[in-house]
Amino acid sequence: MRTVVRSLVVIVATTLVFGFAYPAIMTGFASVAFPGKSTGSLIHDKNGRTVGSRLAAQAFTWPRYFHERPSATVPAYNAGATTFDNLGPTSPDLATFVHDQAAAILKLEQPYNPGLTIHDIPVDAVTTSASGIDPDISPAYAQLQARRVAAIRHLPLATVQTLIKRNTDARSLGFLGEPGVNVLELNVALDKLGGK
Amino acid sequence: MLPSGIGQIVLYSVVLIALALPLGRYMAWIYTRERDDVVERGLFRLFGRGSGDEQGWKQYGGTVVAFSGLFILVVYGIQRLQHHLPLNPDHLAAVQPHIALNTAASFITNTNWQYYGGEYTMSYLTQMADLAVQNFVSAAVGMAVLAAVVRGIARRSSGTLGNFWRDLYRSLVYILLPLAAIVTVILITQGVPQTFHAHATAHTLQGATQTIARGPAASQIAIKQLGTNGGGYYNSNSGVPFENPTGLSNFVEMLSILLIPAAQVFMFGWMVVARRHAWMVFAAMFAVFALGVAVNLPAEQHGSQVLRNSGVNITMGHGQSGGNMQDKEVRFGQADTATWTVATSDASNGSVNGGFDAQTPVGGAVPLVNLFLGEVIFGGVGSGLYGMFFYILIAVFVAGLMVGRTPEWLGKKIEAREMKLAALGALFVPTMVLAMTAVAILTKSGLASVYNHGVHGFTETLYAYDSQSNNNGSAFAGYGATSFSASFGTVALIFGRFVPLLAALALGGSLAKKKIVPASAGTFRTDGGTFVVLLVGVIALTAGLMILPALTLGPIVEGLMH
Repeated sequence: MRTVVRSLVVIVATTLVFGFAYPAIMTGFASVAFPGKSTGSLIHDKNGRTVGSRLAAQAFTWPRYFHERPSATVPAYNAGATTFDNLGPTSPDLATFVHDQAAAILKLEQPYNPGLTIHDIPVDAVTTSASGIDPDISPAYAQLQARRVAAIRHLPLATVQTLIKRNTDARSLGFLGEPGVNVLELNVALDKLGGK
Repeated sequence: MLPSGIGQIVLYSVVLIALALPLGRYMAWIYTRERDDVVERGLFRLFGRGSGDEQGWKQYGGTVVAFSGLFILVVYGIQRLQHHLPLNPDHLAAVQPHIALNTAASFITNTNWQYYGGEYTMSYLTQMADLAVQNFVSAAVGMAVLAAVVRGIARRSSGTLGNFWRDLYRSLVYILLPLAAIVTVILITQGVPQTFHAHATAHTLQGATQTIARGPAASQIAIKQLGTNGGGYYNSNSGVPFENPTGLSNFVEMLSILLIPAAQVFMFGWMVVARRHAWMVFAAMFAVFALGVAVNLPAEQHGSQVLRNSGVNITMGHGQSGGNMQDKEVRFGQADTATWTVATSDASNGSVNGGFDAQTPVGGAVPLVNLFLGEVIFGGVGSGLYGMFFYILIAVFVAGLMVGRTPEWLGKKIEAREMKLAALGALFVPTMVLAMTAVAILTKSGLASVYNHGVHGFTETLYAYDSQSNNNGSAFAGYGATSFSASFGTVALIFGRFVPLLAALALGGSLAKKKIVPASAGTFRTDGGTFVVLLVGVIALTAGLMILPALTLGPIVEGLMH
């Protein structure tokens, strides 16, 4: 019985300290020191409207935009309910999915990239990400889409490629992780250029 | 293979050891300090006479069980009542009973198996007051028990192992809290949310609306990594950019997985004054860890059957990291995902930065086997090393049989009682995993959870009970929650935690009573390379052989398919 009472005291105390005080103090620190990063790294347009987060992919289907990787969330790119796709390495459903994705990319990009074949499509373009909201595509997939975006926006290819470079997140500290192109930031930068 | 990938793995190992050494020494000091601090003195005054006294193994174990049992009820209750409680800005409903019970058991046992999706099931209050608290407390319970067992090994002719409340308090306040605060700050600088604002709504460039889940995430992620808990703030865990935004956040979260378990090996060396022996134990663990990366990374870089046959470009280079990118993130690529996969399955952490279900048969077999080894390769905070003690005793016993002498370990004679406890501790969980998997694939209710049919479905099932019984918490995440799988899993969680825990305490109690016998020419030396080889061999022959038939039915068959 004494153990039960003591346990209850410790349960209340740990809940207060680790459940409330610890996250509250950390939140207080974050809101003062990193107000933007700690609230979801949101991106606003010039009118102050939130257009998205630099840490979440969003749906891009229009040809004037760079497209994201496929997403397994419902609906796609749901930053409120992330998920894996969970299709196994020998799954026939995965084979069909990859085949359909590749066919759609070929149909979209071939007019701007004559001679493009399935062997030119980088693997991240046809696979779902872990989160379903991977904000990055590989530099290779960005290059594949560059000609289309440049042509539709009547921009020189070099301008688009400069923007790709500028919106590529390099490895942290130069060596941790892999480089990726942040699609939302890239598209926002393109829209700022005008050329509609 | 990609030089930068290999470089990152080597750097990871070096930084891990460099941090674990001083931390181990510090922890040894914390657990052996004689003087109580002000809070301890106040607590024991409040608890009454004798509450701060040394406890024998039965009393210590009884306190652990009572404390954990009560906490399960509290965690269950808050989930069931979250819709009536504050800090629920998104108006989430009460968690279903069987999911709530599984989750309560899962977090109390330091497993964090998740049959729920964090951001759309649990209110901010539940995440903070229930789950985040358990990330601290369940980790601290494991650390306390280890401290007690190590004292048992170090002491001679003693009836006691320490005081649970003191060990719990010191684990929480002197070790976990400062480390968690440091990691939280680093994660916030990288972009992990830490806010009480409700989910944000964005108006996308194409004119749609998008909900963006946020919350007090960084503080919880820090401790779920450090305490080998692993339960994500978001459903896709550390694969989600909000949970793990950059290469640096990934590196820090990966370090946090192995940091305390690795440091505990050195702590053990200091506390029993057997530092060379501790290094050998560390070497055995590190060898198995490195082997896991050496198998998983090439398999994933080579790609899955489906992707290789599809014709798309999976070759590394020219602006991509290539390989099996299914359910993986671009910013991590193959090397960082492989290192994480092996670390999290060695350490009973269970957090993931990519989906396991989509890994190649050979790649996915690595975490499956790692779990089955009983989470002793670094293992859970506390539980990993006390689990390793069982295998060390078996190794010493085997060596003793070879030379025909009574086995000794650290100056103590190992007799029938210790060997029975070691066998129970080492074999109970693997046996339970195989039995539960058999039931789950032979019953209709069990099969209802399977997502990928055929061979891969068997692997999903095996992984589910492997993970829950070994208190890991990672998943072949297609395996679904039904009332059967959630309830059955609850049994695995509780027995998988408390049977080895009590066996370890009993072992500690038994060793504490013994006298030291001086080493002689016939004593098997546990501080040399031979011991490392023997220890790895014993682990491979005990748990490794037990899982081989099941491995044949799952990943091996699938690997042969094309």
